[in-house]
Amino acid sequence: MDFQLSREHKLLATTLKDFAENEVRPLARETDEKEAFPVSTVEKMARFGMMGIPFPKEFSGAGGDNLGYIMAVEALSKVCGTTGVILSAHTSLCAAPIYEFGTDEQKRRFLPDLASGKKIGAFGLTEPNAGTDAAGQQTATVLSGDKYILTGSKIFITNAGYADVYIVFAMTDRSKGTRGISAFIVEKGMPGFSIGKKEEKMGIRGSSTCELVFENVEIPLTNLLGREGGGFGLAMKTLDGGRIGIGAQALGLAQGAIDETVKYVKERKQFGKTISSFQNTQFQLADMQARTDAARLLVYRAACLKDAKLPYGTEAAMAKLFASETAMAVTTMAVQLHGGYGYTREYPVERMMRDAKITEIYEGTSEVQKMVIAAAVLK
Amino acid sequence: MKIIVCIKQVPDTTEVKINPTTGTLIREGVPSIINPDDKSGLEAALVLKEQQGAHVTVLSMGPPQADLALREALAMGADQAILLSDRAFGGADTWATSSTLAAAIRKLEWDLIICGRQAIDGDTAQVGPQIAEHLHIPHVSYVSELQVGEKAIEVKRKFEDGWQRLRVQFPCLITTLKEMNHARYMSMAGIYDAYRQEVKVWGLADIDIDQANIGLKGSPTRVKASYTKGTRSAGKVYEVDPREGARIIVESLKEKFII
Repeated sequence: MDFQLSREHKLLATTLKDFAENEVRPLARETDEKEAFPVSTVEKMARFGMMGIPFPKEFSGAGGDNLGYIMAVEALSKVCGTTGVILSAHTSLCAAPIYEFGTDEQKRRFLPDLASGKKIGAFGLTEPNAGTDAAGQQTATVLSGDKYILTGSKIFITNAGYADVYIVFAMTDRSKGTRGISAFIVEKGMPGFSIGKKEEKMGIRGSSTCELVFENVEIPLTNLLGREGGGFGLAMKTLDGGRIGIGAQALGLAQGAIDETVKYVKERKQFGKTISSFQNTQFQLADMQARTDAARLLVYRAACLKDAKLPYGTEAAMAKLFASETAMAVTTMAVQLHGGYGYTREYPVERMMRDAKITEIYEGTSEVQKMVIAAAVLK
Repeated sequence: MKIIVCIKQVPDTTEVKINPTTGTLIREGVPSIINPDDKSGLEAALVLKEQQGAHVTVLSMGPPQADLALREALAMGADQAILLSDRAFGGADTWATSSTLAAAIRKLEWDLIICGRQAIDGDTAQVGPQIAEHLHIPHVSYVSELQVGEKAIEVKRKFEDGWQRLRVQFPCLITTLKEMNHARYMSMAGIYDAYRQEVKVWGLADIDIDQANIGLKGSPTRVKASYTKGTRSAGKVYEVDPREGARIIVESLKEKFII
């Protein structure tokens, strides 16, 4: 067992750090305050090859791996949780299922634009009555000649409105329960497909989270992803991968909060000393860093398993559970160590704390992760 | 068109800290980077690669660790990388360095050689011009803009108080300023490819050079002593509006009889 990053990954880390510091950090506060989707940053990420890190070059990807991809999510999230989740949802929830489950024709048609960042991807599973219980899907299709007619709506969809390609789940046969769910590739501009209400959120406020509305949208048969009735399994496998991305986002938020806190406690003086000289500060920081490093090992392990084409679902669930709870705890401690200033917008830790909360909820709540992990433990 | 870009791996001086008790630089744990002036020269070459299909070779003399700087250059988009590394080259001053680099360059095909103006750890600005002299070719230093024609290159040569516009015929050498552009990031694909490519390592046996001109023995410069300037006091910080700030500055300069 070797806990060293490879030479490529070390090189990757340096350039990701530079990119995050120079291109992302300066916009993070405004992105949050104005709920502004960082369009120009995403364009820069595309130019730099970040939108398709784990995909082969024949599909305009970087020819890299999942470890490199989640390092990118981590590096972005260290300075801006919004930017991190845009990349995670695009890569893990849209490009990855097309790459893993798409036909050759679908890969050729959709992947190059996604992996090069010309187009942004999104994923629509959640509905008002079908979140954790995915089988409660109301969105449905009927087959009409050589088309599926899609009707219904989705909520809480990350990248909605800015995305061009959406993986959407719908009932193709309601009588079969979860075995009646299918996945479709829905494209922006298809008649009858519109973007509904935009959510106003506590954190990751620059990330666009909206409703998707489908009114008799005609979907060609060639846009069915995977087999008919195979949508539930496809969604679960896709979310396994997505959880590594969210784990990486949480990890970035935790490390970002520690880095901010280290700067602050070395400068802030109370009782004539910098607060870094107090043992309470030191012990808290020690806890924060130890937990974050443990989270990093879990997240990197899950990514490496995926790269090695080994089963990783349980490990991804553990990584996501632990990293997101670490992010919540560490960002809260960071605010506490900043004292009153930490509660103000002048310092980024309050934003990081608000951003961290969602990592315990989306792409499977902590409770769902525990169900996944317990099922494996009790098997 | 074939371009050779000479780069040097240097400690990132923005990350260097000073030991408060001894007053010396703490080099441990300081990351190594491509010298900023050289990196801009590489960027200029990569733009020419995109615009006119130039072939870009990066060349560096240094210890085996300098491999990292060359991998970074490959990840940015260079086509070929060569590391000149041999114990015999160690301890070189600018004369021995430029002699060695020129010997390597003689083995390659090129129309244009680009060097950074000067390295942030040496600040001599001598190596580029010396290479040109060894090769008997014209050179222009302090280039801040360039345009490449068929047989010549047009450059803007920048000084503190002005600039010159010059045309130089190929083959020639230019030294570039870091202000001339913003060097690109290594691309993701480039990073993964950088370690799939070969960095050629050339030692003494691979180049044709008189041993009297290499390494410490071939270096006429001798450093007799070096010292670090004492650190200054922390100074005072005023958080005031610009008008008040200006008033305070003028007052304190008057106090010290500077104005």
